[in-house]
Amino acid sequence: MSSSSNVNASIFITCLVDQLYPEVGQSMVNILRKLGVNLDFPKEQTCCGQPAFNSGYHREAKDMARRYMKIFKGNNYIIVPSGSCGAMIRVFYNQLFQDEPDVLSELEELSSRVFEFSEFLVQILGITDVDGKLNGDVTYHDCCHLRRELGIISQPRDLIKSVKGINFVELNQSDVCCGFGGTFAIKYPDISGAILDQKIRNIKNSGADILVANDTSCLMHMRGSFSRLGLDIEAMHIAEFLDKAMEG
Amino acid sequence: MSIQAKHFKKNATKAIKNPQIQTNLKRLYSHFHLAREDAVKATHNWEDLRNQAREIKEHVINHLDYYLEVLEERIKGHGGKVYFAKDANAANEYILNIARDNDVKLVTKSKSMVSEEMNLNHVFGQAGIESVETDLGEYIIQLADETPFHIVAPAIHKSKEEVSELFVTKAHTPKYESIPELTEAARGLLRDKFAKADMGITGVNFAVAETGTIALVTNEGNARMCTSVPRVHVAIMGMEKIVPTLEDLGLFLKLLVRAATGQPVTSYFTFVTGPKRDDDEDGPDEFHLVILDNGRSKILANPALRESLYCIRCGACLNACPVYRTVGGHAYGWVYPGPIGKIITPMLTGLGEASDLPFASTLCGACHEVCPIKINIPRMLVTLRNELIEGKTYPKEKTRHIFESLLFKGWNITMKTPILLNIISKIGVKLQRPWIRKGKIKRIPLLFSGWTKYRDLPPLSSKSFREIWEEKLKDKGKMN
Repeated sequence: MSSSSNVNASIFITCLVDQLYPEVGQSMVNILRKLGVNLDFPKEQTCCGQPAFNSGYHREAKDMARRYMKIFKGNNYIIVPSGSCGAMIRVFYNQLFQDEPDVLSELEELSSRVFEFSEFLVQILGITDVDGKLNGDVTYHDCCHLRRELGIISQPRDLIKSVKGINFVELNQSDVCCGFGGTFAIKYPDISGAILDQKIRNIKNSGADILVANDTSCLMHMRGSFSRLGLDIEAMHIAEFLDKAMEG
Repeated sequence: MSIQAKHFKKNATKAIKNPQIQTNLKRLYSHFHLAREDAVKATHNWEDLRNQAREIKEHVINHLDYYLEVLEERIKGHGGKVYFAKDANAANEYILNIARDNDVKLVTKSKSMVSEEMNLNHVFGQAGIESVETDLGEYIIQLADETPFHIVAPAIHKSKEEVSELFVTKAHTPKYESIPELTEAARGLLRDKFAKADMGITGVNFAVAETGTIALVTNEGNARMCTSVPRVHVAIMGMEKIVPTLEDLGLFLKLLVRAATGQPVTSYFTFVTGPKRDDDEDGPDEFHLVILDNGRSKILANPALRESLYCIRCGACLNACPVYRTVGGHAYGWVYPGPIGKIITPMLTGLGEASDLPFASTLCGACHEVCPIKINIPRMLVTLRNELIEGKTYPKEKTRHIFESLLFKGWNITMKTPILLNIISKIGVKLQRPWIRKGKIKRIPLLFSGWTKYRDLPPLSSKSFREIWEEKLKDKGKMN
């Protein structure tokens, strides 16, 4: 592992981690600090606006996007523990401001600094081995926006596989959506539940006792089913998983 | 075909509870989706082909008026007739007139989704003309008096046993148990119809402007029978189905077949360029091409949705879609199901009629990933959602979303004011207490009841990350 004491980065924690899973944020901070990254947390930050964007409320989404751009101005890398919120900024902001060329060029600069957590470790810090140790059968779910919008496929897998003592099992249909889809899960509970069911069946069949993914939203969805069905499978965000492994 | 898209939710739940449909839907992943993946892997320049195809489609759709004129001129040059139909009724009337002029009693039809838009079989029936579907899947659907379940595999939801039963009761065959026997029976029945048919109806997979050729792709050869045996051939196409040159056609056939079924080539490519010429041995005396608008101009006029006209109806997005694979084709309530249907149906039938469809997606992007023309369906779904919520055309829809819209206003104010977010979060932490059982929320009323129907909800954290950062993480960083 190399030290990265000259790397400055801002955390974009996302609303879900802030309000529901602060331990994920803490794990991310632990790892990045161990790797020598100088971190700051812009206090004014809240949400990137994706819930409004996806639901069709683009006035509100634009409002949040403009606010976001102001708060995260500067030269720092921006690290996000979520592929979906990362995709919002890097991909979907462009759709939101497609008719405003000035904003688009500003977005180009902003996007070049935004990295999903595992992507940052591999691409910016050049780390593919976290020097960690853990026991268990581990499988991995590809979160949709992470994989399809940001193209992040190998990075999390390489990081997970670098942990000694684990047995990594590829999940059958790992790239199929878990059925979450934001408000979709609430508006169409039967469809969402049936898609989730299929995902859970594949996870059970993998024989894994730990499920790793990079988005707390999808994890919340799958974890919610594990607990409803009484399954003894641990759902961990990649930051939590790596943090635990690095503690050894 | 009547529009049932309003009942999407109800019909989706019905399909989810139907074990036969659920079993058959699984085949879409294991057969079609994975076969497509293998075919893509075996095609070394797949991405280049997709980019080329997209460029061509973009060009054609942006110059559609020109290419339609060229196509018309070329077909007329071969002795064919061309009719531009502004809607389904106009197209039906034109075809009925041809049928009357030619004293048509029996029509054989090869697969055409556009004819489903027109409800053509029903129209023939009303006029006392027998019209027989000759694609095996479509034939089964016609016997069952249903609509296609899938663009490429219309009867995929039917089991062998159901088909066997249908053949006995509707086609009066003996009871057959095996698929080869059933296929052979259908072949026999359809041969007889082909031999006697006065008119053949086909769709059009691609129309080549340069040569005035229509191209048909089948695995059963039934389109070839429909275009060569009857006295009159009528081909029906949506007005977007043009490619400029024969060379382009090669590219599109390659993409279509691989994306649809994973085959490197299909069993039959049929190219038709006008009616029988003097020295031809067979072919129809009359050839008509009906070019249908039926709302497509509306799509063309909308730059944000125009790319939905690039669709070549391969069905790959259906097979890739977790929602389609869960609810099947009938839930979507009109001709075109699946991801592309969520754009086309609202645009062709009216967004207000089908306002559930654009929302019924997780926006996972699997459709965009597999589309041979790289049509960005999730982007357009969000556009349609926005149109329903903030557009001026759908006041009724707005009323439906009034509570949600207030919530988003409140959310917006909260998210702009971190102090307010903190206060609301603290109130939430207190309010949720009675609902927490062993660290989980098992049931919650009102807004989130849909969530807790199938999964537990985590409670709000008593301390947010921003608090933890202020209290202990911030300073630790400084010490480093």
